[in-house]
Amino acid sequence: MPDIYKIKRGLEIPLCGIAATSVRKVPGISAAVCPDHFKGLVPRLLVKEGDPVLAGSPVISDKNNPSILLVSPVSGTVRSIVRGDKRKLLAVEINPDGKDGAASFPQRDPSALDGTQVREALLESGLWPFLVQRPFGVVADPSVTPKAIFVSAFSTAPLAADTEFTLASDIKYVQAAVTALGRIAPVHLSVKGVESVFAGIRGAILHIFEGKHPTGNVGVQISHISPILKGDTVWTVCPEGLAAIGRLFLEGRYDVRRKVAVCGPAAKDPAYIEALPGMSLDAVAGFCGDVEGLRIISGDILSGTDARSMQGITSSSGYLGFFHNQITIVKEGTEKELLGWMRPLRLNRFSADRTYFHWCLAPLLKGRKYDIDTNLHGGPRAFVMPDPYYSKVLPMDIYPVYLAKACLAGDIDKMEKFGIYEVLPEDLALCEFIDPSKNDIQDIIAKGIDLMLKEMA
Amino acid sequence: MDGRFEKGGKLYWLHSTVEAFESFLHVPGTVTRKGSHVRDAVDLKRVMIVALAAAVPCALFGMWNVGYQHALATGAAPSFWADFWFGFLKVLPLYVVSYAVGLAIEFASAQIRGEEVNEGYLVTGFFIPLIMPVDVPLWMLAVAVAFSVIFAKEVFGGTGMNIWNPALVARAFLFFSYPACMTGSGTWIALRKGEALIDAATGATPLSLAGDGLAALEGAGAQYGTGFWDLFLGTVPGAVGETCVAAVLLGAFVLVWTGIASWKIMASSVAGALLVGIAANAAGISDIPAYWHLVMGGFAFGTVFMATDPVTSAQTETGKWIYGFLIGVLCVTIRLFNPGYPEGMMLAILLGNTFAPLIDHVVTDRHIARKLKKARKG
Repeated sequence: MPDIYKIKRGLEIPLCGIAATSVRKVPGISAAVCPDHFKGLVPRLLVKEGDPVLAGSPVISDKNNPSILLVSPVSGTVRSIVRGDKRKLLAVEINPDGKDGAASFPQRDPSALDGTQVREALLESGLWPFLVQRPFGVVADPSVTPKAIFVSAFSTAPLAADTEFTLASDIKYVQAAVTALGRIAPVHLSVKGVESVFAGIRGAILHIFEGKHPTGNVGVQISHISPILKGDTVWTVCPEGLAAIGRLFLEGRYDVRRKVAVCGPAAKDPAYIEALPGMSLDAVAGFCGDVEGLRIISGDILSGTDARSMQGITSSSGYLGFFHNQITIVKEGTEKELLGWMRPLRLNRFSADRTYFHWCLAPLLKGRKYDIDTNLHGGPRAFVMPDPYYSKVLPMDIYPVYLAKACLAGDIDKMEKFGIYEVLPEDLALCEFIDPSKNDIQDIIAKGIDLMLKEMA
Repeated sequence: MDGRFEKGGKLYWLHSTVEAFESFLHVPGTVTRKGSHVRDAVDLKRVMIVALAAAVPCALFGMWNVGYQHALATGAAPSFWADFWFGFLKVLPLYVVSYAVGLAIEFASAQIRGEEVNEGYLVTGFFIPLIMPVDVPLWMLAVAVAFSVIFAKEVFGGTGMNIWNPALVARAFLFFSYPACMTGSGTWIALRKGEALIDAATGATPLSLAGDGLAALEGAGAQYGTGFWDLFLGTVPGAVGETCVAAVLLGAFVLVWTGIASWKIMASSVAGALLVGIAANAAGISDIPAYWHLVMGGFAFGTVFMATDPVTSAQTETGKWIYGFLIGVLCVTIRLFNPGYPEGMMLAILLGNTFAPLIDHVVTDRHIARKLKKARKG
């Protein structure tokens, strides 16, 4: 019988615009490999403009560890190499040729392999970067043997893609990947219930997690199963990564195609699409209707990236993140709101705070979903509310405000003490959402992690 | 905002001020740039305005009570509206001074730091007149407000960074700088120029009468009632907003219900006060029943509105229990053992504020040590 974890803390943001469980076709425009999707990787370019590539052809390698490859998601030709300030490599853009050309690898039975063979196969195929190493969420170090490998089979983020739907036909691949990764370290698989399609996976230690967001975050699950202490190393893999790894072993090809939820309050007829990581988000223009100035987010609305921020790229909306299975479309909240905070109720805006009365009017508002825009609803202030105000949406045994303040102060000892090894910025996304002081808590944590990486290098 | 108020413009020195007024009226059209793309509709303005609203019953009652005490002490016939009007005119200047001085300094500091004006002073400025004697000279109030905003808040970096409750620092400043105006029997009842107390009347507060025991308090023969329920309703002299425990309880309900203030601090403060009160009764030090301490002086107001300040109180859940308890214990201890300071609450809370970071440090350290031990075992 798997362990059942019932998580009480957290918050479900009642956002409208969930994707319908149907798959829409979108035109495949272009794709790119963006090194910024992979934390800790120092890119070395392996191609030049005009080179033909197949899906699975190496495009970039890691300078610190040349066996780690980033490969092209599609077959086509390298159109341009985009560099930013100080010639930092931002993206290798690829024009797809519309053919299904893919690099081929030997088909192998994962149960007949040992750990070294699994590592070699993943490195060679370019699937290795699916392995994320904690602490700090960097690309896994191939020379390390982790304490365990953790997989969260579901997401609880607002409007998250339903992996029960997107991966239902890929279960055999997921099974093969779990078997393969089990050769390296014990695999912990967290599912949302016994009736989950993933509950039948063998060879993994099964855990059941029930609760609100961020219960589905693998970091939160790890902290309940076996907290990361100083000196520990664990790896995590997203379920889409498992499917791709399984396909490599069973079918012998590099295939990272996945169903992606296009959702969000501003998305027209939200639904799923067949997509590739690195795909240009211009492909979802059909979901934006005629509305101008929407924000297209790669990932979920709390921790995803506004892919437009990259300068010099061909795609006007940016590229889908390597680990993302969700594209969220939301209105920019540039309008002023008269007397907003003074209104007694303000029921047209969502607030989880008890000074608005949504929480006690819940029976009247039952099931009401909100069209939330990107307005900050205030201005930046110092932290005022005490730590428990934030930890009520963070089901981890840490002090979020103390951790954030330690990061702001750049105090390594305090950051260690308050749990920097256990978190990634996404875990504190809800703390950032509810913060009345409007601090960029995820950014504060990310900078703290960067400082840790620099100090420990 | 007009271009003249932007950086480099002629009126840039007014930037923070204009921004403050503009964002008071409108929620600005600022969008998220980093991290979470959407944010909760709550901001500090909302939190602060609700905290302020919670203290409005105390302020209204205080205004009426100022007039009522004046009528009793001068032998005039009490009339509800006349009393309220008298009190209103007495308290209004305190508010004008408190906000004018405090906000001017806040706006200037925000401009110097290049930040937006923090709304913390909305609440502080509302509380300060409530914990002052009504006859405090306005220039003294202005100096006290300036001292507390500059030295208790801005030098630390503004709201959120301060160690002590700024409203109490203002009171403490007056208490130690101008003791004659803050203690004794001449300060708690407002009088017009040329007026004097009638012969039978006393200017002493119940708290100072209680120094000589319960019999002295109940048999004081003052012009106002000195029974338990008189103290609970607050129809006695004292600082403007602190006397009415009923109004304070209403405020406590709002603060706890909206989650702004911690009920743990309030509960443990009451427990601490009762504990020392009962011990003192048992040891024969004082014959004032322990529960009388809860309705006398500034204990109730301090516990509900001052000790629970989210910035200066303890941050951790366990820490809140210890912190509140400490305040309750200190308050009654000071009342019982130091006849020089009949009101112990102000010093108790300032001491509690001082120890809050230490309490939190111990609580977090012990928690993390326990967690590591458990993780290593498992």
